Amino acid sequence: MKPGHGEVVIAEGDPEIAEDERELVEAFRRQLDQGLWAAVPLENRTGKREAQMVKSFDEIPRDAERVIFFPRAAGGAR
Amino acid sequence: MILALSATAIVIVVLLWEVLMPHVDEYLDRRRARRARVPGGYDYDPGRERRAEQRARSLLKSCVNEEEWAMYRDLGFIRVWGKASSDGVEYAYLVYPHKPVVAYLPQTGVLLNEYCVEFPDETRPYGSARLPDSDDVLAKWMALTGDERRLIANANMHLIGRQVDPKQVRRDLWRLAQWERQRLREERAEGVA
Repeated sequence: MKPGHGEVVIAEGDPEIAEDERELVEAFRRQLDQGLWAAVPLENRTGKREAQMVKSFDEIPRDAERVIFFPRAAGGAR
Repeated sequence: MILALSATAIVIVVLLWEVLMPHVDEYLDRRRARRARVPGGYDYDPGRERRAEQRARSLLKSCVNEEEWAMYRDLGFIRVWGKASSDGVEYAYLVYPHKPVVAYLPQTGVLLNEYCVEFPDETRPYGSARLPDSDDVLAKWMALTGDERRLIANANMHLIGRQVDPKQVRRDLWRLAQWERQRLREERAEGVA
């Protein structure tokens, strides 16, 4: 997510392919190093959609379609 | 005689000038303010912002539940159920774009708190740190459904009324109740048909 732009695709690939996975891991780390939060939208057991926050590449469910990076939360107007 | 009339005319003009000048100044200031660019200070492009918002809406729609998307499309906010209650009391949040998250008790309609939280992108790709409206809602939705406690811990908590108008929130809760009834009626009608 970017101000003035909305969704931006950072990297795409199949984590089952070693080279793709390496690129995805690097892209993931770069985003987290920039201070962004990462979340995976998914469906829970009851069929309801929710997000799973992830802090490392290993936490991403293997069947996840995408990971969304967004700026970390900060307290608003005091 | 002419001299006296001229002097009188000059005095009248000066007095009128004194009386009218503040009003004229005020009028000109108001006119200037109306013509001023509202989002000053950065490279604001309404077309780009609109396209960004369209992308953000698509992303939001693809992530949240169908009911939540319809709620946002029709009412302008999303209700997210709380999960962190230790005493079993059901509570929920109203998530608005670029406004505090409002916690309330759905059973009674009692408003609890407002949580002021932002997702500023300090890289400011186009000069502004502000996400499109629907991205802001999605960020709150993901943070609430993914890690409610962390989001609440990062937010500034206030009593209702600090930034959001309690009357407006109660009106929104009433609109939400009407909206849900309408949806239920439509679902039943579809089921019968």
